[in-house]
Amino acid sequence: MKTDTGLESDIVTPQPPPPLLSVRNLRVSFHDEHGHCVPALKGISFDIPAGRTVALVGESGSGKSVTAMAITRLLPAHGCQIDAGSEILFAGRNLLTASRRELRQLRGADIAMVFQDPMTSLNPVYTVGEQIIETLMLHTRVGRKAAYQRAVALLKEVGLPTPDLKMSSYPHQLSGGQQQRVMIAMAIACEPKLLIADEPTTALDVTIQQQILQLLASLQKKHGMAVLFISHDLELVGQFADEVVVMHHGTIREHAPVRQIFEAPQDVYTKALLCCRPHLSRRPARLPVIKDFLGEASYCEPPQRQRGYLPDDEVILEVQNLSVEYHSRHGWFGKKHCCQAVQDVSFKLMRGRTLGIVGESGSGKTTLGMTLMRLQAASAGRVLFAGHDMLAMSPRQLGDYKRRIQIVFQNPYASLNPRFSVAQILTEPMLLHGIGRDRAERLQLAGNWLERVGLSHQALGKYPHEFSGGQRQRIAIARCLTMHPDILICDESVSALDVSVQAQVLNLLQELQDELGLSYLFISHDLAVVKHLSDQVLVMQHGRCVEQGDADTLYAKPQHPYTRQLLEAIPQSWPHNFKPQVA
Amino acid sequence: MPSSNPLPLTVAPPSHNSLARQGWRRLRRDRIGFGSLCIVALYLLLAMAAWSGLLARHWQDEVAKPFAPPTLFANLGPQHVELNAADIDAANQRRRAAAGSDSSAATGLDASEDPLAADMAAAQQQAAQYHSEEAPKADTLPLGADQRGRDIRQKVLQGTATSLLVGLSGALLALTIGTVLGALSGYFGGLLDDLLMWGYSVFTSVPDMLLLLAFAAVSGRGIGTVVVVMALTSWTGSYRLMRAEFLKHKSREYVRAADAIGASHGRRMFHHILPNVSHLLLVQFSMLTVALIKYEAILSFLGFGVGITQVSLGAMLAEAPAELLQGYWWQMLTVTVVMSVLVTAFSLLTDSLRDALDPKVK
Repeated sequence: MKTDTGLESDIVTPQPPPPLLSVRNLRVSFHDEHGHCVPALKGISFDIPAGRTVALVGESGSGKSVTAMAITRLLPAHGCQIDAGSEILFAGRNLLTASRRELRQLRGADIAMVFQDPMTSLNPVYTVGEQIIETLMLHTRVGRKAAYQRAVALLKEVGLPTPDLKMSSYPHQLSGGQQQRVMIAMAIACEPKLLIADEPTTALDVTIQQQILQLLASLQKKHGMAVLFISHDLELVGQFADEVVVMHHGTIREHAPVRQIFEAPQDVYTKALLCCRPHLSRRPARLPVIKDFLGEASYCEPPQRQRGYLPDDEVILEVQNLSVEYHSRHGWFGKKHCCQAVQDVSFKLMRGRTLGIVGESGSGKTTLGMTLMRLQAASAGRVLFAGHDMLAMSPRQLGDYKRRIQIVFQNPYASLNPRFSVAQILTEPMLLHGIGRDRAERLQLAGNWLERVGLSHQALGKYPHEFSGGQRQRIAIARCLTMHPDILICDESVSALDVSVQAQVLNLLQELQDELGLSYLFISHDLAVVKHLSDQVLVMQHGRCVEQGDADTLYAKPQHPYTRQLLEAIPQSWPHNFKPQVA
Repeated sequence: MPSSNPLPLTVAPPSHNSLARQGWRRLRRDRIGFGSLCIVALYLLLAMAAWSGLLARHWQDEVAKPFAPPTLFANLGPQHVELNAADIDAANQRRRAAAGSDSSAATGLDASEDPLAADMAAAQQQAAQYHSEEAPKADTLPLGADQRGRDIRQKVLQGTATSLLVGLSGALLALTIGTVLGALSGYFGGLLDDLLMWGYSVFTSVPDMLLLLAFAAVSGRGIGTVVVVMALTSWTGSYRLMRAEFLKHKSREYVRAADAIGASHGRRMFHHILPNVSHLLLVQFSMLTVALIKYEAILSFLGFGVGITQVSLGAMLAEAPAELLQGYWWQMLTVTVVMSVLVTAFSLLTDSLRDALDPKVK
């Protein structure tokens, strides 16, 4: 495999040693449907020294994934153009002009990749073992038996329990974290010099995310690999990168050692990225957005907001011992399976306050939200909405209550009907609930709500696909508001959004609460976001509520071990983080 | 509250930038799609003219000699020779002359021996009193003539009109049955789904053609019957497709969101989900239309198709085997060209329409 030793010795090694990979003036553009050229990368240059970890950080559309695909030459052949002046040198070879044969040898052997979603990256019809053995036999001249031995050793190295058994498992029999470990085992199988990890932990739960990061860090040290770590999360990257490259709209905004990025960022965009994310230790009345940093005046943080239920708050929603069971049965005469999604959960939501519900995937937090909306049937318990049990109501009685409790879903790309114009989306709930006298008045109201959530009247004539993720989420919020709800359930409503957009939507939610006196049930896996917005927090695990309490108290003195585990999993990289000035 | 500040209504009406309009613009840009649209529109216009009797009303008139060849290829096919009684007499006489006998023309008997001779003479005398005027028959026609001397140009127009009518209305009916049942089945699931799936399995367990023939055999001939019979046998594909789509879409977030704002089941099914699967319906519609035009041909070929007083592309094709044996190729060629242009244009148009109407394509 290591046939390129001769190549390396050709290069006279001056001080400092030449980088393993160097990207020079990389320009990539895509052609859209009309044949227009859309630049994705506008001439970026950076180096990855051997054995170091470089992180590429940016929001969606910044070009970070395009960079990774250009390095591995995985960009689509059609509709994509790499500028002739671009260079990607790997150990002295220009990858952009390398032949297919050379590339095949390099990929997998010298350059390996770990993708975001392990579920789709592993082939579901082959066992884990077969897939690792295939990689080994393609790139190293070993027999099947030796490859098997090596594969078991690899699985052991990436920390899978009972590696022998796991060899004969299919991908669906493993959990998400285990699948990602298998992907990492495949990537390091041939001892690559460069490992490209493209958002390797984004699809995983917070606690698993920590474990995978630690694994990557330890493997990097042990094998002396260089790692190109791509992420949208600056905090996460701070934990184990040596250098950070901050990207924005296809350009590099800042490239510096990790310490400098976190403690003394030079670029306004980097500063904004650091401050936009809600932080566990601060809770400004309004989160900063990128625009705040781009202006002439330096940004000053508004005063902190106090949170928590007050004794004289009015209870608007009380949930008592709520349980939800899923039943499934194979065929008509099969055995009945029962699954407890939510068990015995009780809480109170006060008018004008926010209750945060935290948990990892499978904890039952989404089911809980769905049940409160009556989109899912409960098996036991009571839901008292202004004193009336919603679960016992007939569909007719429910009509008005249904209007008063609304939900904003996680994925703004899926929750708006793509065939409806924004006007249709916003006027339909009014039509169904008899709000507004006629079509003209409803359109007028819809336009007003759009303005309230920060969009213009003109948006009414457009369709959801014409908007960005953040704008769509604003439309979804406006749709709920048209019905004048009392309670808004936000089910991971900001999780799919970029950091800067997330801050804007969180600010919008806060403004609406202050203005309209809405009560929020804020469901999320992100503890920092929940702390920013919540007065009280409920922690869920395996369908049960493990801890519940005032937001500040719970985060300061977690009682349950699971809560402590969750809090420890939050990336807190630099103690002397850059902080905005406080007004 | 926002409702309290009346703003000047600068709302762009939703139709201004509606999906249909955007789709139309995209279709205009797509050269193949637009070309196909023109061809299909031309066919439909011709078919409508034929239905209303503006065109090809007299397709049954025998305006030419049987198997008159196309004008351009007058010498390219076999020359048809029409035999009549005089020819046979002449041939017989030649044969007798060769054999040296002088028996009567028709029977081979002597005039004195023939018991019918007197009757024949009387009949011939009577016939001479009537003067039958024969319209002059053309030797060639632009696209030739069939065995009865009917103009293939008119016949193919009428045939296309019938086939299109049968194909389009059959596909529409089949699609309606399939969509309604599929929507109910996929959306509600449970017992209803099980029952409908049983019905579906029963229908599909019988070979298609057998079912088609069984239905056709009990219900007699005619365009209406053909349409109903074909719809009853070909709804299964779209049922299966719609069932799967509704099953998939009912748990999508936008449908849940519709539930959350209080939309009823019917509204969610047909107002929210249906437009989102309409591009599939369109594809299904075109495939069904094409398939039904072919089914109609098979039915007509087997004698279960349109009535004998009507003509369809299938009925015309059914005449082709016998004609080809004698070397008369023009009817078959005309039908083949007309049918394949129609089917190809229809398929291409469907593809382009699907692309043009998909809101996710920017």
